Amino acid sequence: MTEVNATPLSATLTREEEKRYLASQWQLMWWKFKDHKLALVALYVVAIFYLTAIFCEFLAPNDPTKRNASRKYAPPQRIRLIHQGRICWPFVYPIVQHKDAETLRLRYTTDRSRTVPLRLFVKGDPYKLWNLIPLEHHLFGVAGGERLYLLGADKLGRDLFSRILYGSRISLSIGLVGVFLSLVLGIVIGGISGFYGGILDNLIQRTIEVLRSFPTIPLWLALSAAMPPDWSQTRRYFCMTVILAVIGWTGLARVVRGKILALREEDYAMAARVAGVKEFNIIMRHLVPGFLSHLIVSITIAIPGMILGETSLSFLGLGLRPPAISWGVLLNDAQNVTAIALYPWLLLPAAFVIVVVLMFNFLGDGLRDAADPYKT
Amino acid sequence: MLSYIARRILGMIPTLFVISIISFFIIQLPPGDYLTTMVAQMQETGESVDKATVESLRKRYGLDQPFIVQYWKWISGVVRGDFGQSFALNKPVSALIWDRLWLTVIISVLSIFLTWVIAIPIGIYSATHQYKAFDYIFTFLGFIGMATPAFLLALVLMYFASRHGLSVGGLFSDEYIGKPMTWGKFVDFLKHVWIPVVILGVEGTAGLIRTVRANLLDQLEMPYVVTARAKGLPTWRLLLKYPVRVAINPVVSTIGWMLPAMVSGSVIVSQVLSLPTTGPLLLTALMDQDMYLAGSFVMMLSALTVIGTLISDILLAWVDPRIRFERQRA
Repeated sequence: MTEVNATPLSATLTREEEKRYLASQWQLMWWKFKDHKLALVALYVVAIFYLTAIFCEFLAPNDPTKRNASRKYAPPQRIRLIHQGRICWPFVYPIVQHKDAETLRLRYTTDRSRTVPLRLFVKGDPYKLWNLIPLEHHLFGVAGGERLYLLGADKLGRDLFSRILYGSRISLSIGLVGVFLSLVLGIVIGGISGFYGGILDNLIQRTIEVLRSFPTIPLWLALSAAMPPDWSQTRRYFCMTVILAVIGWTGLARVVRGKILALREEDYAMAARVAGVKEFNIIMRHLVPGFLSHLIVSITIAIPGMILGETSLSFLGLGLRPPAISWGVLLNDAQNVTAIALYPWLLLPAAFVIVVVLMFNFLGDGLRDAADPYKT
Repeated sequence: MLSYIARRILGMIPTLFVISIISFFIIQLPPGDYLTTMVAQMQETGESVDKATVESLRKRYGLDQPFIVQYWKWISGVVRGDFGQSFALNKPVSALIWDRLWLTVIISVLSIFLTWVIAIPIGIYSATHQYKAFDYIFTFLGFIGMATPAFLLALVLMYFASRHGLSVGGLFSDEYIGKPMTWGKFVDFLKHVWIPVVILGVEGTAGLIRTVRANLLDQLEMPYVVTARAKGLPTWRLLLKYPVRVAINPVVSTIGWMLPAMVSGSVIVSQVLSLPTTGPLLLTALMDQDMYLAGSFVMMLSALTVIGTLISDILLAWVDPRIRFERQRA
């Protein structure tokens, strides 16, 4: 905008309006997004979840693989503030294990005579942050040889809360990696399809139609069953992301194709072509930025589906397998009625799944409204 | 219209053909074959396995032949309704899958109807009472429903049922299993079937409420609605006669993807609730590398999806004259 234009603009517009006119597209989108309060909250919650996943070793009070025979299926411990009528620093009551004489089932009672106070930056199980830095302090926990079971323990006496935190690392990242793969495939294939048109477009569209007519879960099941059971965890993990992306890319490719069909007739695309820019570069440098915001919305909407996909497959025992820890693997323990009836806290990973997916949905909703800031 | 349907049905054939190749290919992906699984299982139980026997079995099952030959043997049978033999269960596949497929279809279709019955009235209510308390409540509940995968809902339901001493698994009571269909069995079936239907229905409801609400809101702003109002048409008659009819369009067009979603969801739900539908058998077939059984399941479930899309396209052309005319011109 030149000097000549700027003067009448500021003369007739209020400061507020001028700010709007001069703001960049992304700035406008952010302003519009901020108005969607639920989406803003969702953004923060999702950010907290991902931060948790990144620092899970430090945040988890216990080593998630440490077994404890005397805490098999221990129930969750409540954090309390009142001990014998007095308010104190947050603490838990220690639990005591004993065997039911008749049913031989393990039972736990809380010992209310003494308190085990929670401590910040407590020294606990040693761990390696990001598999690199050896540390042994945890954000919180209990001192003195006791263990904290905030959300109870599983069949081997491992701390469920710590396992859920560690599980978030795989469960949350698998969605991101899967979506990233779908995005790359979607942009490249959808771009080619939309830009070149003709037979190639037809072929790609038919392929997408065929892929989309497979019901998702049976296809995922069949593909994950193809993973040999002796594969390493890392290999399974990456294979899972590929499997999730197999269907995921088709949706993105359609968005990309539709947008490119609309945009390639624009004058600036023609100008680039006349100037001799290579076709691939026209797609990537000139057309993709034009619908990037729509793409981000599609991605946000695709991530929860991938998270649920991983959870479902691992839940059925076909996706990731122990010793890998993911929310689906954890839910695998809650597969039969007896386990759920006796140890309902094994269902808790499900709550985390639901909250994350819910938040992604809200986020996607807000982004969708914000994606086109010029529309009022 | 008829020629349109005929063209669509003809167009399905190549799609189904490609689907069959991919299904068969995926089923063959795992290293080894059913015999490797069988040998491993036998060795686990301590039985000795004679190599020559395995080889002769492999020959008899045709597992030593190249992919194309095996595929041809399978697909030429499928066309005649013969899906091959299940290795693990030692029965013809066609005897195993039809019952289960029917149950899957029945449950899925019932779930779709339930979704409509819940979602359309709520969507209309939400649109006509935009930003009122119940609109917010329904929107919120809808989002939660959307975030909860069906199998988790099934697990939670099982938890509550077990606390109240109810049993929720299965589709038939013990005394009816394996018996021919009678009135008593049918009533028993109805007593069981509502649980998976509700679980599957809830998942799709949320999205549909949002669609109906958004579409109806668009329609309500149209001048024709204002005109009708000005002429004194009672609100409910006006609503149902015009805007709702238009707003319901996407409901029809979504059958195409709702059916596969339902079939997909029912696979896991039926595993959790141990229903005699496709889910559990498909899962074991995949794990055992029982390739004809698994391949036929994947194939038939995909065929269902293709048929679902076809039905929704036909319905859409039937409901919406705009689409019909456009196609005639094309």
